Amino acid sequence: MNHLPLIIKREYFTKVKNKSFIIMTFLSPMIMIGLVAVVAYLSQINNNSERTISILDESGQIASIFENTKNTKYLILDQLSLEDAKKLTQVQENYGLLYIGDFNDLNTVSKGVKFYSEESPSISVISTLESKLEKQLTDLKLESQGVDIEKIKTSKVDIAIAQESFTGEKTSKIDSIVKLIFGGAAGYLLFMFIIIYGNMIMRSVIEEKTSRIIEIIISSVKPLQLMLGKIIGTSLAGVTQFVIWIILGGLLLTIVSAILGIDLMQASPSGQLLTQAGNEAAIPDLVQNGIAAFYNLPLTNLIIAFLLFFIGGYLLYSSLYAAIGAAVDNETDTQQFLFPILMPLILAVYIGFFTVIEDPHGTISTIFSFIPFTSPVVMLMRIPFGVPIWQQIVSLVILIGTFMFTVWFAAKIYRVGILMYGKKPSYKEILKWIKY
Amino acid sequence: MGNLLEAHNVSKKFGEYTALNNVSIAVPQGSIFGLLGPNGAGKTTLIRVINQITMPDSGHVLLDNEPLQAHHVTDIGYLPEERGLYKSMKVGEQALYLAQLKGLSKTEAKKRLKYWFDRLDIGDWWNKKIQELSKGMAQKVQFIVTVLHEPKLLIFDEPFSGFDPINAIVIKDEILRLRDNGATVIFSTHRMESVEELCDHIALIHQSNKILDGKLHDIKKQFKTNTYEIGIRTSNEVALAKELQDKFTVTPTSFKTLGNELKRNIKLSEHQSPNDLLSFLTSRGEVSHFVELIPSANDIFIQAVNNN
Repeated sequence: MNHLPLIIKREYFTKVKNKSFIIMTFLSPMIMIGLVAVVAYLSQINNNSERTISILDESGQIASIFENTKNTKYLILDQLSLEDAKKLTQVQENYGLLYIGDFNDLNTVSKGVKFYSEESPSISVISTLESKLEKQLTDLKLESQGVDIEKIKTSKVDIAIAQESFTGEKTSKIDSIVKLIFGGAAGYLLFMFIIIYGNMIMRSVIEEKTSRIIEIIISSVKPLQLMLGKIIGTSLAGVTQFVIWIILGGLLLTIVSAILGIDLMQASPSGQLLTQAGNEAAIPDLVQNGIAAFYNLPLTNLIIAFLLFFIGGYLLYSSLYAAIGAAVDNETDTQQFLFPILMPLILAVYIGFFTVIEDPHGTISTIFSFIPFTSPVVMLMRIPFGVPIWQQIVSLVILIGTFMFTVWFAAKIYRVGILMYGKKPSYKEILKWIKY
Repeated sequence: MGNLLEAHNVSKKFGEYTALNNVSIAVPQGSIFGLLGPNGAGKTTLIRVINQITMPDSGHVLLDNEPLQAHHVTDIGYLPEERGLYKSMKVGEQALYLAQLKGLSKTEAKKRLKYWFDRLDIGDWWNKKIQELSKGMAQKVQFIVTVLHEPKLLIFDEPFSGFDPINAIVIKDEILRLRDNGATVIFSTHRMESVEELCDHIALIHQSNKILDGKLHDIKKQFKTNTYEIGIRTSNEVALAKELQDKFTVTPTSFKTLGNELKRNIKLSEHQSPNDLLSFLTSRGEVSHFVELIPSANDIFIQAVNNN
């Protein structure tokens, strides 16, 4: 008899009706958005804070290049000794004092430059000062060698290499970044999904064991059916939660950014990345390019592959979670068994974020997009960069094969484990169960 | 009537450990069959084999003369010893769920649950969670779930544990009523007084082997030792005691009486009949007590286990 729909229904509704689940569903996006808003707000305040930097230029050749900006005022001190300048800076509670010693030789000037401050200065301040000084000193040096600076400026060329694949698809740097965001999001989503809902499956198995209802149930249902029902039901609850999160999160994000008037795009790392990439291009260009890049993605491939790899990867791991739940009596005993499961998962995310970004079609990326325990995450990150269909299919076949094996394996452990109470089993004992 | 359930030479090993060794039982239609044995004897494994939870290594089980198949789960109601219910689900909801797993439609399950909840006086628990109920209350719900789909075969593993004496009687009466309505019951317990009260057939499993089975009545006959408990009033107790000692195998005994008589257990040899004993006694004094000692299920259990 097929009880699968019944089991799925029960698993789904008990999860969805569970109070902590409901609270988590509605609270998490609020907390997340709240955090983002706070971070964005704080960084805005930080950007708006004004600081004054005193400058004592004993050479008199450089101070003039420091022009006040919105956040930084430069106070140029004259006719003071270094000691007096330091004192004055302290009394005025300025951010710090930039001291430029007198110099005769442009080659040794850097030795005479110092920055004095109460606390150690921020890296961005120092690098701003350094770049300004470098530029001015370079100019001075060029001049001293009789070079016309104006000529250098006018002969400067800006270049942005247009990229095109052999099949004629145009790409750009923005394209790569959009791809990165999509691949990263897909891979990370799967990673989070496995961890959150895998754990939920495991807990639900343990609950059936500890409440001792399991024997009543498996006298009517095959353990494999029960396990699959659990996995599917919990996953559906997970999908429900995720969809609510996305809708609610999007909604809240819009509202919050409208109210606070914060450009959240600027606050998020990906936003900054985009802005940096678009530095040369004008902003409207950037938006246009971004949208174009989005449509340039292999969207159909992306969506289909996302669904297949997501489901395959998720089922692979969740069946193992179910097996762990069956093998132990309580959650504290799970740690030992969870570790070997989490290892490949974390490895996959690391490979995704370091290797795939660096070289999406390199040897390591390619190999790990075939190994079943890492392939879902790594492949999902690679696909936006264009992976040959045959590679995707081979990887998927390997994944499905492994998935069927782990489900069989997990079902064996599950079947025996759910009726075992008492001491925590060792790996050796669990392997023996396979033969029961 | 034939046998509802037959297990033939069922063996099951878990690794090196043998849980069942060539065990065969036959459960007659309409009987209450006591499956007895010390802890760890293999009873639960046998019950799990019958429920298709565990697959036997060898041997087979017939239900209604058919080898066990998947659809037979609806013919069996099983109340395991290790039992519980979902903590966070409402009583009615999970009873409904478990009934549907046994193949009942939702409406039918609801109707029957209502009947049973009223019958066992728990009608107002429908919307409660198991956490709010006492252990005995939860046991009632489990009992209902076990019998709800009106299975041919009911398997109860320690059904009375967790019940107070009043509710234990309620459950006992329900089991008898179900039997009278045509169900066959397998009953596994350590409580010998309920075996005595309920079972008409028993099988005794010890260290993975079946060491005894049959009608309780026949087994008792087989285990009886031809011993009689007697009480007699006489003027000369010392002389009579000596005389009994010479004629019969005598052991001292004690039982409660109002008078103050000579009390003995007397075991008859093969060529001595109870009538011989009785006429001997009446010739010596006034017989106040004359009972054949029938071994209790408890005695049989202990004796059979110790002999093996």
